Amino acid sequence: MVKLTVNGEERALDIAEDTPLLWVLRDELGLTGTKFGCGMALCGACTVHVDGVPTRSCVTAAVDVEGSDITTIEAVSGKAAVAVQAAWEQLDVVQCGYCQSGQVMSAIGLLTENPRPSDQDIDAAMSGNVCRCATYVRIRAAVHEAARLMEG
Amino acid sequence: MLARHLDSKQPAMLNPTVSSALPASRRQFLKASAAAGAGLVIGFFLTGGNKLARSAETASTGDFAPNAFVRIAPDSSVTVLIKHIEFGQGTFTGLATLVAEELDADWSQIRAEHAPADASLYNNLHWGAVQGTGGSSSIANSYEQLRRAGATARALLVTSAADLWGVPAGDITVERGVVTHRASGRQAAFGDLVERAAALEAPVEVTLKQPQDFTLIGTPVPRLDSRIKSRGQAVYTIDKSLLGMLTAVIARPPVFGATLVSFDDSAARAVKGVTDVVAVPQGVAVLGRGFWAAKSGRDALQVTWDESTGETRGSEQIMAEYRQLAQQPGAIARQDGNAEAALATAAQVLEADYEYPFLAHAPMEPLDCVVQIGEAGCDIWAGSQIPTVDQGAAAHILGLEPQQVRVHTQLAGGSFGRRATPQADMVSEAVSIAKAIGGRAPVRLIWTREDDIQGGRYRPMYFHRLRAGLDAEGRLVAWQHRIVGQSILRGTPFAEALIKNGIDQTSVEGANTLPYAIPNVTVDLHTTDVKVPVLWWRSVGSTHTAYSAEVFIDELAEAAGRDPVEFRLEMLAGHPRHAGVLKLAAEKAGWGSPLAPGRARGVAVHESFNTYVAEVAEVSVAENGTIKVEKVVCAVDCGVAVNPDQVKAQMEGGIGYGLGAVLHNAVTLADGRVEQSNFHDYLPLRINEMPEVEVHIVPSAEPPTGVGEPGVPPIGPAVANAVYRATGRRIRSLPFAKHGLSAA
Repeated sequence: MVKLTVNGEERALDIAEDTPLLWVLRDELGLTGTKFGCGMALCGACTVHVDGVPTRSCVTAAVDVEGSDITTIEAVSGKAAVAVQAAWEQLDVVQCGYCQSGQVMSAIGLLTENPRPSDQDIDAAMSGNVCRCATYVRIRAAVHEAARLMEG
Repeated sequence: MLARHLDSKQPAMLNPTVSSALPASRRQFLKASAAAGAGLVIGFFLTGGNKLARSAETASTGDFAPNAFVRIAPDSSVTVLIKHIEFGQGTFTGLATLVAEELDADWSQIRAEHAPADASLYNNLHWGAVQGTGGSSSIANSYEQLRRAGATARALLVTSAADLWGVPAGDITVERGVVTHRASGRQAAFGDLVERAAALEAPVEVTLKQPQDFTLIGTPVPRLDSRIKSRGQAVYTIDKSLLGMLTAVIARPPVFGATLVSFDDSAARAVKGVTDVVAVPQGVAVLGRGFWAAKSGRDALQVTWDESTGETRGSEQIMAEYRQLAQQPGAIARQDGNAEAALATAAQVLEADYEYPFLAHAPMEPLDCVVQIGEAGCDIWAGSQIPTVDQGAAAHILGLEPQQVRVHTQLAGGSFGRRATPQADMVSEAVSIAKAIGGRAPVRLIWTREDDIQGGRYRPMYFHRLRAGLDAEGRLVAWQHRIVGQSILRGTPFAEALIKNGIDQTSVEGANTLPYAIPNVTVDLHTTDVKVPVLWWRSVGSTHTAYSAEVFIDELAEAAGRDPVEFRLEMLAGHPRHAGVLKLAAEKAGWGSPLAPGRARGVAVHESFNTYVAEVAEVSVAENGTIKVEKVVCAVDCGVAVNPDQVKAQMEGGIGYGLGAVLHNAVTLADGRVEQSNFHDYLPLRINEMPEVEVHIVPSAEPPTGVGEPGVPPIGPAVANAVYRATGRRIRSLPFAKHGLSAA
């Protein structure tokens, strides 16, 4: 049995030892907002927060995050989360939308650490999140807009 | 991606397959409306609309469904049935805008959902009797159809209000979802009128708005899916869960065309959660409770393949064969004058070869499909780009009638052409697996990223040879463009319509439509046999033809001692829309104005799918060869811009998608085996490589044309031309990474 704390709830799971957190979230817990894109931590679609830190759940074994607080897109909250999601909507960032849960989770992580990021800061924090629709122009603008909203 | 080649000028109603399948009354209606010169195809959809919509299972109790596209509920919400898949390009928002405009609805009332697969109700009017999304045609083919659908619904609501209030219909106005009789001060919401409206016969004739009366078309209406997609609430195929569902992955042959000999599944079956291992036509499927079990099972599976029937060549060998073929003339795709003779007498002749690799589409959501076989037929959930083809393929595998197969089109996490397989790839696979386990459980098939990068259906490899001649005054007098590569359409149901005289139109599009006024032009084609499955990739033929043509034109401008913009414009007198976007992009980019040291500009212009796009790229090149595309200024002429902000979004995205490919991407074969496997060796463009993008839309009253693809073709040549100006190096084989020019 693996015991995980996901979105504030304790869950006990009977899973294979090597099961990545991603597939526990998606297939065991029905939290499908977190996406599968590459399975190798190359695209960021699977980004969740582990103790507040953006983490690629596709290469994180579930057993390794026992005792940590795991937060997914479904339950992410707080000032940065509200601002990021509002900015994402306001600028119509999304196209296909598949990578955007991961983008939003990374952006929240960035703004929580650095409420006034420069373009370079954004590139550094977000370059692990791939968007094949290339919504990057708007992602950059929306992170700046979210920073502005957080001040206001 | 099916493109305009399916003759957009021919109304689908003229297709015998469509009309012969219609009941007599509808055929008569078609004749009547054709004779009246009105409605045509659109009229067919609207006549008897109530019944049609209900038979399409789109109406629920209490709703008013005046036709197959519109459903109005008692709570006044308006649901627009979207016949084209939403995979990012904005069909939900754009198509719903067309209905909302003529309905005079308030945007907050509008919902969108995918229409079910039905070739008679929801076909692409540019394609005939096929429901499908591609060729940047969603808005273009629906523009009048959906406006009529909205106008019809509005007319019925107005008639209902007139009856209810005992006032003339002509005195009633509708604005932002409120029906008003000003003289009496009476008002009603749509929901108040639905019961009465549902009992009325739909009018055959409706009047559409004049463009100056538009309140939504031409405005940046917000996307309907932004909220759910920013909150992880959008449901894609991969998110679908059914009771007892098993997840499947397939072990596919290591080289294209190899066949299964045998497999040993003892270790696979020992993996926790694995339930089944079955042979299917595409390989060996491993099923389990959840993805991880299935994938772990596949890792443990031992399979023996017969590779003797497979493709064993490497990319270099294939390209060498193409180069050899290019020595000889091919099948003629275009011939004006006599290029050979004109080259013989030209003052200056230039020749250049261009090489293009296989490209994977690599949409973020890997290919997937959910299937449930039951007593009442089969249900399919998929990001289906050609749902009626998928429906037919599933029916064939299961021995069902197509109408027994219900296709529930899901939001898709990108496609770029990959989900439009005439061979119904992932649906056929998933259905075959479900059949192989006797329909015992619903099946969810998932491709891994490795399956995706190595699984074929690539943009084909191509070799191009171009020769051109300038006269003594530097005028372009001869142009020869030879293309060597695989046919995308050969062997597909679209071959008959789109391969003419040995020319697959998708191989030469963009080359045979070269707009420049050159007296002697030849475009010819060698179609090759390679066992690598190929497919349309965002902007199809223009992914390579635009690059060759626009890089070569740049080279010729230099040889003629001319400015590249002026040189082009002089030859575009007969093509004002090309000239219009080129002038606009050049002006907005400050073409000719000084740049910082180490920076250079390049330009390209190209038409695809009847949309005209020019792009000016500004690049910087560091001494170590690192390229950074700093800024792209884009001008687009797509007729009426239904949603200018989404037109911009598609240009931004097209530029990024095309840029990633020209900088980084190649799928290569070694002894038939694909050498790349995931995003570490098939590099996607990342945010730090994305240029600033400025988009300018040419004001136009022309009918709208698509924008999903046309932003892609100009970016490669615009960047290549800028890189040449910065470095003196002409990049003629892609990607740039091959030449030591890495991206910042």
